[in-house]
Amino acid sequence: MSDIAIPAGGHGHQDAHGHPKHLQHHFHSSAQQFEASKMGMWLFLVTEILLFSGLFLVYFILQAKHPQAFIEAHHHLDRNLGLLNTIVLLISSFTMVMAVQSAALNRVKATLGFLYTTFTLGGVFMVVKYFEYSHKIHDGLLLGNLFSYAGAKVPGEYLFFSMYFMMTGVHGIHILAGMGVIAYLIWRTHKGDYSGEYYTPIDLTGLYWHLVDLIWIYLFPLLYLVS
Amino acid sequence: MAQVLTQQTSAAAHHPEANYLTENTGLKNWLLTVDHKRIGVMYFWTIMLMFFVGGVLALVLRTELLTPKETIVSADMYNQLFTLHGAIMTFLVLVPLIPATLGNFVLPMMLGAKDVAFPRLNLASYYIYVVGALMAVAAILGGGLDTGWTFYTPYSSTTGGGVSVMTMAAFTLGFSSILTGVNFIATIHKLRAPGLSWYNMPLFVWGMYATALIQVLATPVVGITMVLLLMERLFQVGIFDASLGGDPVLFQHFFWFYSHPVVYIMILPGMAIISEVIPTFSHKPIFGYKPIAWSSVGIAVVGFLVWGHHMFVSGQSEFAGAVFSFITFLVAIPSGVKIWNWMATMYRGSISLGAPMLYAISFLLLFGIGGLTGLFLSTLATDIHLHDTYFVVAHFHYVMMGGTLIAFFAGVHYWWPKIYGRMYNEYWAAIGCLLVFLGFNGTFIPQFIVGSRGMPRRYYNYLDQFQFLHVASTIGSYVLAIGLVIMAVTLIVPLFRKRYDAPGNPWGAASLEWSVSSPPPSHNFLHDPVVTHGPYDFKAVRELEKMGSHS
Repeated sequence: MSDIAIPAGGHGHQDAHGHPKHLQHHFHSSAQQFEASKMGMWLFLVTEILLFSGLFLVYFILQAKHPQAFIEAHHHLDRNLGLLNTIVLLISSFTMVMAVQSAALNRVKATLGFLYTTFTLGGVFMVVKYFEYSHKIHDGLLLGNLFSYAGAKVPGEYLFFSMYFMMTGVHGIHILAGMGVIAYLIWRTHKGDYSGEYYTPIDLTGLYWHLVDLIWIYLFPLLYLVS
Repeated sequence: MAQVLTQQTSAAAHHPEANYLTENTGLKNWLLTVDHKRIGVMYFWTIMLMFFVGGVLALVLRTELLTPKETIVSADMYNQLFTLHGAIMTFLVLVPLIPATLGNFVLPMMLGAKDVAFPRLNLASYYIYVVGALMAVAAILGGGLDTGWTFYTPYSSTTGGGVSVMTMAAFTLGFSSILTGVNFIATIHKLRAPGLSWYNMPLFVWGMYATALIQVLATPVVGITMVLLLMERLFQVGIFDASLGGDPVLFQHFFWFYSHPVVYIMILPGMAIISEVIPTFSHKPIFGYKPIAWSSVGIAVVGFLVWGHHMFVSGQSEFAGAVFSFITFLVAIPSGVKIWNWMATMYRGSISLGAPMLYAISFLLLFGIGGLTGLFLSTLATDIHLHDTYFVVAHFHYVMMGGTLIAFFAGVHYWWPKIYGRMYNEYWAAIGCLLVFLGFNGTFIPQFIVGSRGMPRRYYNYLDQFQFLHVASTIGSYVLAIGLVIMAVTLIVPLFRKRYDAPGNPWGAASLEWSVSSPPPSHNFLHDPVVTHGPYDFKAVRELEKMGSHS
């Protein structure tokens, strides 16, 4: 066992090799740190999927119990706005990919450009959502006991709106959180903290953003295209 | 390896003061620490505070039940007290109990790592836990929380205000649990020392891995359940309310989809501790390493498919009931595999009856009873009679306290010298263990009997013929409390000694955390360890120590 190198005194990790600034003390290499971070992010995304699965499950059960009410109620949604938001998010996923790619290639300006674009598209999505919401609120098409729409044709239409507001609400919170993180990334990129060697936060935020996008891809047909 | 061990101990001998407890002291350094050992210690004392509160509530409940009708508290108060006892003990004590305390402390060391994969998230999980605990306390002080810890609708969606706060507390605590789970999975995958293959890991790590899987996969579901319940209370969204077009039983499905797997979040870490203590104190390598390792994962997987056995009388279809009953029986197989392997490990071993081993043997007996009485409840026909009686109460206390907590006490006595660097008095530790064992059985054996005779759980009042058994149970709980106090005093007294008198490896154990001084240095290992012998290769350890003492 003479091949085990034993540093003379002090803490083994501080000597010999130069330490990159981003490398935390308990990792041996940047690659190990990156792999661990990526794994942590995927596990977090699994919890997100399970969180939304709960909502999806409730949606399917209520729809099975009240199919007519769901068909009737979904006519109040504006398909065109939903489609617009779908396209906006798809493009934002593309710009996010480009931001990660630019960061990997150490193109700081391009990275910033793509991050700003992604942030803006997230904002556009929320603005469209705001107009949709205010229209529903104006008509009294709200969740639970706030539902006051007089022209409901089938009993149980408020169940659809309970689901609509909870699902798009939880999703919207995730978009806002993602925009917050992207704003933080923009700030860090301006400071010059990321390089071709270390851009893990941008990479991981990309994964998150794609998941939030993907969930919308499921929400759109479920809510806007019932019949 | 010999060289490594020698170097590690001698370097520590040069700086006897330099360990994780004495370096960078001061409140701020503790509160902002990212050291997994300190976070484990902070978790330990916080959870013990909660355990104390939950335990006092239990004593009040038992005292109230000394006589039928009012003894010391009113009926409304009683409803709130058992809700708080249950909610505190499950969400605040049992769920984080072993992973967040002993797991945090020893898991990275067992892997030969300097820390968990995400130290800052680890600290965040602690503070999220504290916030969740404060919210739970707020719910207690606010009053009116009388639903039982299960929050069944429609009662929970219509009753007083405390439920909302408690719901948010449960949601918050779930976050904390998820962060621990994510951290452990990533740590086990990515931070193992060179030479530490999956089948070379101590079984404690396997247990933690299976636990972490459940934490990550089940907890988000209770998160969304709590959100839905909160929305139901705020806006009557109709999901769990039949009069609004929803389904109250749906809540039970959602709740138990998490809350059954959560009992495996509680028991798997307990089994993980037993898998360490028994071979070490039998001085014999573990029997059936792979079956024990995979039975942890097996329990985690099967545990996701049995939630319906809480709902045999809820009106779910008989076919569903039969399926759930069958799958529930399957859980007995991996549990039995573990029990038999532990006993085979002890067979022809050279058993020393230190306090950890006494608790481990108690665990085998108590968990055995808890597991076997579970079979009565998973049988459809007998469950109809026993459902919601004291039999159920006794059963899950045998599993949760006789299993998880007793295993935790085994672990605390096992790693206490490592954590604080001081040995405790073996005599008093054994007395404490004996009283805990006797008191525990004294509390819950009468409950099996009274339950099988029809005493319903959660009832304030009871028929006169049940009084004898209730009094017996209450006396048992007092003995149990005295045992716990003796245990606490035995463990705390040595901490006032200035000198560290615990050797690096007091039990002759073979996993990596014992290869460094007690208490461990701040960065765990003075240099990166390389694993050359298995976690239960006690012979190799004895030979290494002989060589070390001669050099």
